This record gives sequence, C-alpha cells and structure tokens, in this order.
Amino acid sequence: DIDDVGHKYHLELVLEDVLDKDSTVNCTAEVLYHLGNKNLPPDVQFTIEGELKNADEADNIFYNQIKSLEKELVAENIPDSHGNVPPEMEPIRLLAWVASGYVIWQNSTENTKFQLAQIKHVKQVKRSDEYLEFDYRILLHEMVSQEIIPWQMTVLWHPQHSVQVTQDSRQPKHASE
Amino acid sequence: MKILLVFAAFVAATCSEQLFVGDQVLRITPSDEEQIALLRMLGEQAELQADFWHHPTSPGRPTDVRVPFPSLKTVKNLLECNSISYSVMIEDVQELLDEEKKTMKSRRRVRSTNTFDFASYHTLEEIYDWMDTLVDNHSSLVSKFQIGESYENRPLYVLKFSTGGSNRSAIWLDTGIHSREWITQATGIWTANKIAEEYGQDPSVTAILDSMDIFFEIIINPDGFAFTHSSNRMWRKTRSINAGSHCVGVDPNRNWDAGFGGSGSSSNPCSETYRGPYAHSESEVKAIVDFIRSHGNVKSVISFHSYSQMLLFPYGYKRAPVPNHQELNELAKKAVSNLAAVYGTKYTYGSIVDTIYMADGTTVDWAYDNGVKYSFTFELRDTGRYGFLLPSTQIIPTATETWPALLDIMVHVLEHPY
Repeated sequence: DIDDVGHKYHLELVLEDVLDKDSTVNCTAEVLYHLGNKNLPPDVQFTIEGELKNADEADNIFYNQIKSLEKELVAENIPDSHGNVPPEMEPIRLLAWVASGYVIWQNSTENTKFQLAQIKHVKQVKRSDEYLEFDYRILLHEMVSQEIIPWQMTVLWHPQHSVQVTQDSRQPKHASE
Repeated sequence: MKILLVFAAFVAATCSEQLFVGDQVLRITPSDEEQIALLRMLGEQAELQADFWHHPTSPGRPTDVRVPFPSLKTVKNLLECNSISYSVMIEDVQELLDEEKKTMKSRRRVRSTNTFDFASYHTLEEIYDWMDTLVDNHSSLVSKFQIGESYENRPLYVLKFSTGGSNRSAIWLDTGIHSREWITQATGIWTANKIAEEYGQDPSVTAILDSMDIFFEIIINPDGFAFTHSSNRMWRKTRSINAGSHCVGVDPNRNWDAGFGGSGSSSNPCSETYRGPYAHSESEVKAIVDFIRSHGNVKSVISFHSYSQMLLFPYGYKRAPVPNHQELNELAKKAVSNLAAVYGTKYTYGSIVDTIYMADGTTVDWAYDNGVKYSFTFELRDTGRYGFLLPSTQIIPTATETWPALLDIMVHVLEHPY
C-alpha cells in the first residue's frame, strides 16, 4: 500500500515461450495500480533476465506470405467453436494475442482478469508503406464478472518493428445475445 | 488420410480383395538435402512401388510413404544404412482398411459406445442419443431418468449407475451447467463411459459401485447448450426470459439458495452472473434441488466447470472456512497431484473464495449447507490460451488426467461414510 498513490506489487515470474515450452526466461516486474482514477492504466516496469528467442525467420515468412496475397486477408472466428485454428491463421491469432495484451493492460484494475477469448473478425487494411495493418474485432473474456466484451483494435506490424495498437475501442454488446 | 484410405478401400473392393496386406506406412524425416535426394531416388525405383502420401520437400519435414509388403525389407535397409530416421505410422494398411469398413457398416446399425467419437464436440441431440446407447450397452449398470424440464421444455436427464440396493448412499456428478464450457460436457461423456467400462475391471470403481450409486447429469443447461450451437458460442446462462428486461437468462451457478443475493452475484438481468429473481427460480436448478432433497442420501456433489485449472470447495459466499476445511484441502491436494502426474497439467486448489473469487448462490455451497460434506468444483483446462474454445484434440487428454483426481475424491467418500 502506498498512501495516496495506490497499490504496488512486486512480481517474480517466469516467461515461457508459447511455441517452445522448454524455452523460459526469468522476469521481475513492478506493477502500480493507481488509487482513485480508475481510468489510469497500471504502471508497469520490468526487467528480463537474459534474451528472448529470435523470431526473425518466422516473422519474415509470415510477412512475405501476407505481402504476396492477391486480395486483402479477411477471416472470422479464430479459433472456431471447436477450438480449431487453420495453420495459416496461427500467426494472425498470435498477432491478435500480442495486441490484445496492450488493450488488456490499458484496461486492467486490481479487480479484473482479462483473456483474449476469440477473434470474431479480422480484415487486412491496404497500406502504401511497408507496414501490415489489420482491423480486428475481438472478444475479451473478463474472469471476475464473466463478461464477454467485444472490442475493436487496429494493429500495425512490420518484422523489424514492434506491434502497435493504433486505435482501439470497446464495442456495445448485441441486445439479442 | 482417412479419406485416402476409404477411396483405396473402394478401389480394392471393385478390383480385387486384400490389396494391401502387410503393407506399412512409414513416416520418414530426412535431416539434410542428401537424404532428400535418396528418398526421391527411392520413389523413382518402379519395382519397389513405394507410394508417397507426402513428398519429400525440405529437411526436418516428415514424409509419409506406403511401402508394399514385398519391398519393406529393402526400403528399411536403405533407410537404416543411410541413418535416415523413420517410424512406422501404420503397421498393416489392410488391417486398418478392414477396421474402417467394419466401422462404417456398424454405424448404420445399432451404434456402439466404442464407435462414438469422444474426441469431438457434439450437439445436444448427439449427446442425448449417445446416452441411450450407453444405457443399451450397459443395461445392468446404467439407467436414464428425467428430473424435470428446462425453461424451453427440454428434458433434463440424469444417468444412474447402480448395482442394486435401495436408496444407497450416492455421489452426484454434473457437467454443462454453464453452456459455453464445452470441455465439461465432453469430459462428462467420456467419464460416464469410463465409469461404465471400469465397473468390474478397476478395483476402485468396482468398490464404489458395489456400495454406492452414482448420479450423473451431463447437461444441466440444455437450452444454453443448444444456443451455443445455434447462435452464440459464448452463451453462459439459462435462456429464461427476464420480466421487464430485454436481456435473457440467469446464471445457474448463482441461483442456488446459499448466500443468495450477496455481492458475489449480480441483480442485473443483463449480467453474466445475474442471480435470478429468487433462489431456485430456474427450473434447471430446482430440478436438482428437488432430486437431491428427496433422495436424502447424497454424500458428495462434484460439479465441473471451465476454465482455470482449479479444484475448489466451499465456501464462495463467505470467507469463513467450512468445518472440514482441512480434510477437503488435503483431499484436493492429493487429487491435484495425481492429475498433474498424467500430463503435467498444473491445478491450484482451495476454497472458492480464497482461490477464484467471491461467488454466492453456487451449487456446491448449497450442497454443503444441505449436509453434503464432500462438495467440489473442478475448473478444467486451460488457463486462458484457448479458454472456452479448447481444441477438441484436448478433450481426451483433459478427461484422462481428470479421471484419477475424480477417483481420489470418490474413493475418499466411499471410505468416509457419514
């Protein structure tokens, strides 16, 4: 507890590569949840001990695959109801996961626990520069309230640059559902 | 691959019988370009008749080849002499074809629980049909009865596993209370089948069923389940109409009369944790309440949910620990350890309020407050990577690892009568 400021947590965690369970890296972090203003995202400071695996090859393969498409990519329901993800959609799903991490961070409080539940719709946006742009409509699952929250996010990416969420907004839930 | 085999079978049927006796399918993984060149040469040797299902492309990528029986020795020697790693994917192609033909034939007749695909997610109709098949296949042990109707008038079925007696002590199991948690209904089917199969085989299952009955409701919430198939995969609640609101449904796991109406549930009909207008307002919940009350001899209630990988016990509606907290905690610890021993899946455990969040009006809290000392909730796989959309490839592993944990609890109940 930090009087008049908020609650600070000191964390020691192990990061595990989703694609290679044996590849782990230690991490320490400090998270400060602000008192009062619930619209302020928590402050996060972290240190990674060691290096994250190099993903250049996979990044370039994915980048070139998308660049060589004749029409802009469009897809829905990833994963589908049965949890299936077509292999060619896996990088699209991973990209959404990273980007949703940013959205989740910006909207977290001490009383929320978000997960990316599903990509309802993704559409590639044509660009004149070298970046790839995707317009995602995702569903976030908030564990405490058990709510499924539709969210829109625009994601920019290029192999040599980090993922950017240039725009995101919470969407209204359908009344019929 | 299966489709290829089926075509092959038809071809065989029209030409001559038994075209593939002793043939094997090898999965070969070339480690460099030299090995790939060797494989290509193999394919070009006409007398060997090697039938490539996947062609050699790049190092590290597996190649599948059907090798006719007469050429097996030659091909394997070639691979072994050149240190090309391979494994036998199919030991006898003809055997597999014969199996498939049998399976396809029998599907048209009375189905057997041996051919039900436990590794897929099924519809409500398919699950209800399968229940009848289970009863047919194990009629001296399993029976099905109805405890009520859902809001939309669907039957609420319970499977009873019993070797006789009259109103024996019983264990209640349920899955599918929250319709979007598909891994639970899928695990329920596998587990019900497992119980039926293991009676008379597994000493623990046999001991349990020789003294006690098991009641298993696989789909507590059929309206919600049908809705997840037809309209909204993420639907959680029942489908009851809420007076004065355009929002539908009540959270059946906040509707029980245990701490009903507290901060661990919502008063808003549009909320996923809406408690309902009053306790037991939902016919799906009331049916179970009435059954367990009138039975009078239920000693354990085990309810399955997903996701989070947790094993929980009461209370969710208050912080105070239950009188036998230590006993339940030790049992949970043991069960979770045996679950992890199967595939390494890690579970946390503890009371609901300590481990997950405050939740009132839950099934297990009600059961506990009504005398059922051994009340547990499982939160099955995973921890959020796929969440509710758990790939069907994980159904059998999930059910398989959960089984020893479930047995631990049931055996403890058997050995601690009260």
